[in-house]
Amino acid sequence: MNTAAVTTPGAAPSQAAADPWRSHPARILRITPEVPGVRTYDLEFRDAGVRDAYRFAAGQFNMLYLPGIGEAAISISSDAAQPQVLAHTVRAVGNVTDALARLRVGDEVLLRGPYGRPWPVETLRGRHVVVVGGGLGLASQRTAICEFARHRDHYASVTILHGAKTPEGLFYTAEYAAWRAAGIEVRPAVDQGDAGWSGHVGLVTDLFADLAIDPTNAAVLCCGPDPMMTAVARAAARVGIPSGDVYVSLERNMACAVRHCGLCQFGPHFVCQDGPVFAYDSIVEFLAVPHL
Amino acid sequence: MTTMPPEPGKPEKPSLAVFKFASCDGCQLQLLDAQGKLLEIADRVRIDHFLEASSAVVPGPYDVGLVEGSISTAHDAERIREIRRQCRFLVTIGACATAGGIQALRNWGRIDDFLGAVYASPEYVTTLATSTAIADHVPVDFELRGCPIDTRQLVELITALVLGRKPHVPGHCVCVECKARGTVCVAVAKGIPCLGPVTQAGCGAICPAHGRECFGCYGPAEAVNLVSLTGFYEARGTPRPELTRLVRSFNGYAPAFRGESDRLEGGA
Amino acid sequence: MTIPQISPGSWWWLDAAGLERLITVLAAAGYRVVGPQVADGAVVIRDLASARDLPTGWLDEQDGGTYRLRFDPAAGTFDHVVGPHSLKNFLFPARETIAKFTRADGMWSQEELVRAEPPLAVIGVRACDLEALRIQDRVFMGGEHVDPAYAARREKLFIVAANCRRAVATCFCHSMGCGPAATHSFDLALTEHGSGMRAESGGGPSRFACEVGSDRGAEILAALGDGLDVCTPAEVAVAQAVPQELAARMHAREAEPGKPRPRSLDTEGIRDLLFDNLEHARWDDVASRCLSCTNCTLVCPTCFCASVTEVADLSGDHVERERHWASCFTLDHAKIHGHSVRSSTASRYRQWLTHKLAGWIDQFGTSGCTGCGRCITWCPVGIDITEEVAAIRGTSDATTAPGGGP
Repeated sequence: MNTAAVTTPGAAPSQAAADPWRSHPARILRITPEVPGVRTYDLEFRDAGVRDAYRFAAGQFNMLYLPGIGEAAISISSDAAQPQVLAHTVRAVGNVTDALARLRVGDEVLLRGPYGRPWPVETLRGRHVVVVGGGLGLASQRTAICEFARHRDHYASVTILHGAKTPEGLFYTAEYAAWRAAGIEVRPAVDQGDAGWSGHVGLVTDLFADLAIDPTNAAVLCCGPDPMMTAVARAAARVGIPSGDVYVSLERNMACAVRHCGLCQFGPHFVCQDGPVFAYDSIVEFLAVPHL
Repeated sequence: MTTMPPEPGKPEKPSLAVFKFASCDGCQLQLLDAQGKLLEIADRVRIDHFLEASSAVVPGPYDVGLVEGSISTAHDAERIREIRRQCRFLVTIGACATAGGIQALRNWGRIDDFLGAVYASPEYVTTLATSTAIADHVPVDFELRGCPIDTRQLVELITALVLGRKPHVPGHCVCVECKARGTVCVAVAKGIPCLGPVTQAGCGAICPAHGRECFGCYGPAEAVNLVSLTGFYEARGTPRPELTRLVRSFNGYAPAFRGESDRLEGGA
Repeated sequence: MTIPQISPGSWWWLDAAGLERLITVLAAAGYRVVGPQVADGAVVIRDLASARDLPTGWLDEQDGGTYRLRFDPAAGTFDHVVGPHSLKNFLFPARETIAKFTRADGMWSQEELVRAEPPLAVIGVRACDLEALRIQDRVFMGGEHVDPAYAARREKLFIVAANCRRAVATCFCHSMGCGPAATHSFDLALTEHGSGMRAESGGGPSRFACEVGSDRGAEILAALGDGLDVCTPAEVAVAQAVPQELAARMHAREAEPGKPRPRSLDTEGIRDLLFDNLEHARWDDVASRCLSCTNCTLVCPTCFCASVTEVADLSGDHVERERHWASCFTLDHAKIHGHSVRSSTASRYRQWLTHKLAGWIDQFGTSGCTGCGRCITWCPVGIDITEEVAAIRGTSDATTAPGGGP
């Protein structure tokens, strides 16, 4: 196992000389169609040693590699308490993800990771947590939601605001019931409803106004397109949640995930190393600048 | 669209067809020149129509069509529409097919003057007044640039189509290749006006490596600033007519180059 | 009085024959020896068979978008400054295979890469490029992850530095605090005395005061054989004064006769200056001149961006991952879901300049610029990083005419 690539967040690297380009075969155990064009792949490392050594935290990502096709950074979406099976929810929008869509159960992919800073799940205990996921953004938050569901009593409240363009664009809806049963409030919002839609029509930011939480003891975890994250931070500020309590997860181009390739730069930050999860306060001046 | 959509439930090798329009055949020769790779290609792709290589022709439809040459006759304009119908994934190869080629220089002149100058009996020649790119007539799925195209890029394209991914054919300029091979910049070190900074890479930066300027064989790069470049060369002493000739060449009718040579000529 | 030892910190005289022997000894020790030589109208870095291949007598004149060599019999061996190549071309090559995969029976395996390159010795490295080396070390070896290919080369690298006696109009290492004196990262450092060609200028052909910078440097120098003369303290002082005097001339921005003034860059508060001006009108101004051609980034000795492409055979069973230089001036650099985040030239130039001079400070605790001036010289339209910063600072003195050159 490439132990340098499997760091417990905050821990010192145990083997600095390990090859950062070492990737490990993993078998596709299950493919779950979510919404059109989006599937969840449950992956298991072929090598038992690799499998047993692998740990990750909510919000981290893997580099998923298809030899001859390419490599893509994909959030890990499964329960961190069961790191033997790693779920990746993927939309077929590019080279790697299109090719992934042609694979079947039993086929192999390669993985290296996990990488990046996780959601600050542990530090949020005792507070009201608002998870805001736009489009595929919720994929990077599902691990955190697993934590919140398991330890719901550690948090004052947990609310998921799940946004999509249309009801067909909302995925993980099959899990709403289980999340609600665990005491999590789930509030979907769509830009455009349909005949069967009874939820909110509009932006996820509309839903901030009637959150029944103490804004001075709250935190927002947001993942979605850049402009949406700025809008969410502003909506949070309007209801009194300080921007210092807002966390966002960014997506940028990436070739290495180990701070060498330079492609993921965002202002002074490397998204692979300093992110993908950032305290909104630390990047607000850069998020506001177009084409940065 | 840059990857060929797979056809569900089709296990056999994809079929390839090569077609020629107004051109010198040089790009087709690059495919024949793939040598060892050609056998590998023949192993993975069924070559159904390639008159340069074999007179045996399998009728369409085809998975991939490679089109060389520009449209310069009414008959060609008709034929390309039929070829488009026959090919699932249509690729133009070379400067003629993607930009009209060197023969597009006639687009700046009067066709009757050319005919009279070239042919003893121009009345027997039927031709359009212009030479234009394939994409001016039918939708094109991918353009492979060059005069001629580069064999490695062609093999990369076919490999990518077979493997089901986007071909790695970067849109950046020739300077990237000069710097990668350590070539000293001919513009900076010798003051030679060079089109490298505005021309798409792919050739391997051959000409500058031999001390010559880039002639723009691969057409405009993804982001070009011709006004700045020609302005700098002009300020350093290159006369405008020379700059016009430099830009108005193999890919002179490609929109970015065409606009610049017209601007230079127009005195803007 | 003790007998002087060849050890780090000691200084020894090398004459022309000694320089030749140094190359021979390095080659005999298994090093691939490279160094400056004249080719294709410039001083490039190539394999060096003999000290006779060094560019003795050649001077370079550099300015925005222009580089010319001229021969001057009074010039020494190292009186040219930096050319288009740097250590980056060797330690972080433009292309290399970083991983290999093979598929058999539907299962992938990753091959171990064999790194069999000989160790590299580079002759004539300048202070700006020593700083660039230190900066790239931080990039590739200074973080949580170490790049194995870079580290393998770096570990075995042998550097013979050369102190500059001369600066060209694009030089501004003095502004960046890293030159012109070679003060670190070398195994041996040469300070040239006299002229390479002409006996009457300096009293004979060049000889070199050679400072030992490392144990490895001491070993190699010792292998040159007996008869090396130690430099006296007075001679060491004279040698040390050479780059100091040049530094003073650079700070005073003294031009060579008939040549443009040397550049300088005011780095005071530069991080905040640039990050506070991300929406400055100057970005559009420079974009009207910038070609997005990538030359500045590729000649920059610290720029480290890279991308990876898949090189597969048609069976798809044998795949090599090739890392190649990338540039923030291409549309691929910041592409997500098929579109570049930085779609305009203005945004791409801003990325380059702000990363180099501001973001780098956050990322690596140092500027990404060493003042080597390559980005100015090798920009095909002569865009000048020092001038762009001055314009944003509002202190432009217009040393160059935008777009037209001098």
